[in-house]
Amino acid sequence: MRNLDRIGERLMEHAYLTFLAVGIGLLICIPAGIYAHRHRRIYAPVTWFAGLLYTIPSLALFAFLTTYTGLTTLTAEIGLVSYTLLILVRNVVAGLDGVPVDTREAAQGMGYTSRQLLWRVELPLAFPVILAGIRVATVTIIGLVTVTSLIGKGGLGFFILQGMRRFFSTPIIVGAGLSVLLAVTADVTLLGLQKLLTPWTRARAGPA
Amino acid sequence: MIRLVDVVKRFPNSTALAVDHLTLEVEEGETAVLVGPSGCGKTTTMKMINRLEEPTSGSIYVDGRDVTLQDPVALRRGIGYVIQTIGLLPHRTVAQNIATVPELLGWDGSRIQGRVKELTGMLELSRELLSRYPSELSGGQRQRVGVARALAADPPVMLMDEPFGAVDPIVRARLQDQFLDIQDRLKKTILFVTHDIDEAIKMADRIAILNAGGILEQYDSPKEILREPANDFVKEFLGSERGLKRLALMKVGEIEVEEGPAVSPEDSAGRAQGVMQTFGTTWVSVVKDGELLGWVDSQSLAGKATVGEATARRFSAYLTAESSLREALDALITSKTQVAAVVWEGQRYRGILTAERISTEIVS
Repeated sequence: MRNLDRIGERLMEHAYLTFLAVGIGLLICIPAGIYAHRHRRIYAPVTWFAGLLYTIPSLALFAFLTTYTGLTTLTAEIGLVSYTLLILVRNVVAGLDGVPVDTREAAQGMGYTSRQLLWRVELPLAFPVILAGIRVATVTIIGLVTVTSLIGKGGLGFFILQGMRRFFSTPIIVGAGLSVLLAVTADVTLLGLQKLLTPWTRARAGPA
Repeated sequence: MIRLVDVVKRFPNSTALAVDHLTLEVEEGETAVLVGPSGCGKTTTMKMINRLEEPTSGSIYVDGRDVTLQDPVALRRGIGYVIQTIGLLPHRTVAQNIATVPELLGWDGSRIQGRVKELTGMLELSRELLSRYPSELSGGQRQRVGVARALAADPPVMLMDEPFGAVDPIVRARLQDQFLDIQDRLKKTILFVTHDIDEAIKMADRIAILNAGGILEQYDSPKEILREPANDFVKEFLGSERGLKRLALMKVGEIEVEEGPAVSPEDSAGRAQGVMQTFGTTWVSVVKDGELLGWVDSQSLAGKATVGEATARRFSAYLTAESSLREALDALITSKTQVAAVVWEGQRYRGILTAERISTEIVS
């Protein structure tokens, strides 16, 4: 029973670290993506930078960050968030790019202000693509959270590390298995959320 | 109602003018159609009116007010706008799409609902469609929703850019007829853009023919443009069958019909023979108290004392005041006698119409 409590605690920590990372990633990427969509010139530098962050080996990044921010959640989150950026910013821009030109023009012609256009037309229409990015980012981050066990965080990664140190496979299987289960659950939940929030994407063409 | 004065549009990075010193006025309640080849600036002209484009110079007035001095958002909410691809909002249902401008204007819910219902009826859209998304509609339904949406806040001015462009000819004709009916009642001031001269002739009170580079070649009623094209460009743009296109616009009631040979049933057979001789025909119309009974020829009169004793036969073609001369011509060339009887309301006899008579109308 004590084990179960600990597993539950770590599972919650895992979910929390993931949620925080993707959430902060979105808070950065939605404005950045909107800006890059409108000012095309900065799109390449933005993705270049996010891509650079993405290529840094996670182990090296966490090791490097600890010298500045110590063994803290902040360290974990700086690393995790930086891995969400490339996926999220690309999907925000792709989603906005996918808004049909004629829809935008018609909306403008009917008298939407640019803010109304963004919130009521562009972002809702970009939402399925943005959410697809959120799903990929979430699954990626759930895997990466385990690495943060090296800096004393790690959610379910804690058990994996424990198993490695003791040459004992049960905790590894529990940690890895639950991590996969969490990823699948999150993915399915987000997909369900998308279907629920974007009923128009389910509507199929009627008679020609 | 819509007035353009010396409007010039030059796009950045282009030496050529898109619109070249255009002056044009659309009278209140009229439909003016801008027509011309691609690159003639017709869409640009339209977009300058609701300020999706800004003129390089010149002034544009809607309802007497200079558009460049108005807030573009407020201006656009006061102008109905339909574009070729319709641009329905894919994430909003048909009802929500129609309600777009009233919502932006902050109408209350019940007023919006009432208006949506009204427009659904006006455009003969089935109620079931209201909860559907645009992707579930047929092309014709989408275009009607587009028109309903543009009409929603009852704007006095409408801009329509090839609103019936994306559908097949049969559906297009039906949409055009429907819109003409609606316009008959609503009397909006409309600027309509098309590249199709036949659509222009059908929809317009006045047609503005634009040439490449945004030069206005002629601005007049369809009838006048067809009767007297200003230059070779217009003539060429009107295409072949200019005469037939003109005939389609003229009504039998607008021309003088020949009285033709006519007798009453009480007249003697001899008098009928005399009338035929005078007119140089082999037949004569039988008219009783102004009502056309039919026609008789010398053969059927043989041995009869009065016209009434012979059986009057029906004409092979009947025309009314409302028939177009094109319909009249069609009836004439497909009838055996090449003569059509013209009747007004019911069977009131007015005279006869021949192909020759129609031809003189076109030539004059």
